Amino acid sequence: MSQVRIPPVLRPSAGGQKLLDIPGATVGQVLDALVERYPDLGARLLDDGGDINRFVNVFVNETDVRHLQVRETPVGDRDTLLLLPAMAGG
Amino acid sequence: MTIETPSPGAATSSGTSPTATTPRTTVAGLVCRACGRAEQAGLSYVCPACFGPLEVAYDLRAVRDTVNPKALAMRPAGVWRYQELLPVEAPVRGLPVGGTPLIDAARLGPALGVDGLLVKDDTRNPTLSFKDRAVAIATAKALDLRLDALACASTGNLAGATAAAAAAVGLPAYVFVPADLEPAKIEHALAYGATVVPIDGTYDDVNRLCLEVADELGWGTVNVNLRPYYAEGSKTLAYEIAEGLGWRLPDVVVAPIASGAMITRIARAFEELVELGWVAAHDVRFVGGQAAGCAPVARAFAEGTDTIAPVRTPDTIVRSLAIGNPADGAYALELARRSGGSIEAIDDAATADAIRAAARLEGVYTETAGGVTLGAVSAARRRGVIRAGDEVVALLTGNGLKTPDAVRHGLTDRVATARMPGLAPILPARFSAFEGWLSA
Repeated sequence: MSQVRIPPVLRPSAGGQKLLDIPGATVGQVLDALVERYPDLGARLLDDGGDINRFVNVFVNETDVRHLQVRETPVGDRDTLLLLPAMAGG
Repeated sequence: MTIETPSPGAATSSGTSPTATTPRTTVAGLVCRACGRAEQAGLSYVCPACFGPLEVAYDLRAVRDTVNPKALAMRPAGVWRYQELLPVEAPVRGLPVGGTPLIDAARLGPALGVDGLLVKDDTRNPTLSFKDRAVAIATAKALDLRLDALACASTGNLAGATAAAAAAVGLPAYVFVPADLEPAKIEHALAYGATVVPIDGTYDDVNRLCLEVADELGWGTVNVNLRPYYAEGSKTLAYEIAEGLGWRLPDVVVAPIASGAMITRIARAFEELVELGWVAAHDVRFVGGQAAGCAPVARAFAEGTDTIAPVRTPDTIVRSLAIGNPADGAYALELARRSGGSIEAIDDAATADAIRAAARLEGVYTETAGGVTLGAVSAARRRGVIRAGDEVVALLTGNGLKTPDAVRHGLTDRVATARMPGLAPILPARFSAFEGWLSA
């Protein structure tokens, strides 16, 4: 089980939860399991092809998964996934 | 030649226009740029349906019914001059922002290969960068929403702008910056009484933290949960450019790209001016400049891909543009391609050369982002994106005093002589000594 931190904008679609324990050996598996449990999250987190929505940044222990192996990034029990809007401006 | 709107500095202590209390009827709400879903104009910044960015939508018919360029000409200069095209009322208090000159760069232009170069000298804002524009609008909205504090994630310029704006309206400010930011920028923010929070990481690490802070604490983080309003401030650059040209559009706009928000908002502002009928439709090419050491958008442009691969560890003297994961990068890329423009990657040596050239030839001292912009002017000319006879507007968005080391980048220490400008040796306070040195 990895811990997944849900941002406020997504909490209404995740039963109001801030922190969830979700099974999966990779980022992709965790996201798929999350969407299976809370289907409303699907359109927000994943695109039509099942890839991570370009407006979403996913971090594993504070590292952007695009710097790792994206969906194939391995995750374990001690890992935390953070979901955030892709938003940056200097 | 300087094409200049009236000075905003002497307007009022607030920098607001006398008609600031006019009820706002021109804002239609927020709309998702990706899926078009409408949202109320509150403290929202991301579409709840698709996670896309929200932006302000205007009722341009109401704008047209309320104001026109002739009426605008009677108002004080500054961002609130264009209040019907802004998302919030001018606050009672605030810094006088905007109204900066558009300078005919008749000496610098030919040196860059462009005879028709104008520079928008936005180094002259209250905290010496264009960020004052965006923060003025975000701060007004924070007051409108009765928020308790202002915050920002900054590569430097935004830190000073947010700290000063907060001081002017009496709000506390929390400024998050990479710990290795230029000391001058940190001191600048501290001077205004802000709490500066140095973070052990890159700007993108700082930004990630600020997203969490904004969501969890509800502060008005100008470039996160106030971002739809903040981004509108950049549009005032476009309004001033069009007005400075006599209500028409230039052939080319050259701007620095960090998040990519500014250049895309300028393009949107031009579109709105055309829709309003205030300027004639004209194809404007948009050229963006990035530092070669952090150029995810320029790289995607060069490779012909739509995918912007984030840069994990920026390596450049251009700290103000060092965003490895630019939120509006895809939109800036699309704009450059659609308009026939380009995205140029400028190395640090060329950036420093351009800073020195602007100072030496025009008397305008710009920080590193301005050096990148001027480097992009040259690069786009060489590429053929800028053509002979084009009227080109380059945006110099920050003052060189913020990055004092950059102007010396690539230079070796050199003692001036009577014929070679530079730092002279220490001389005794006697005329004969100076005369002797001068004639040596």
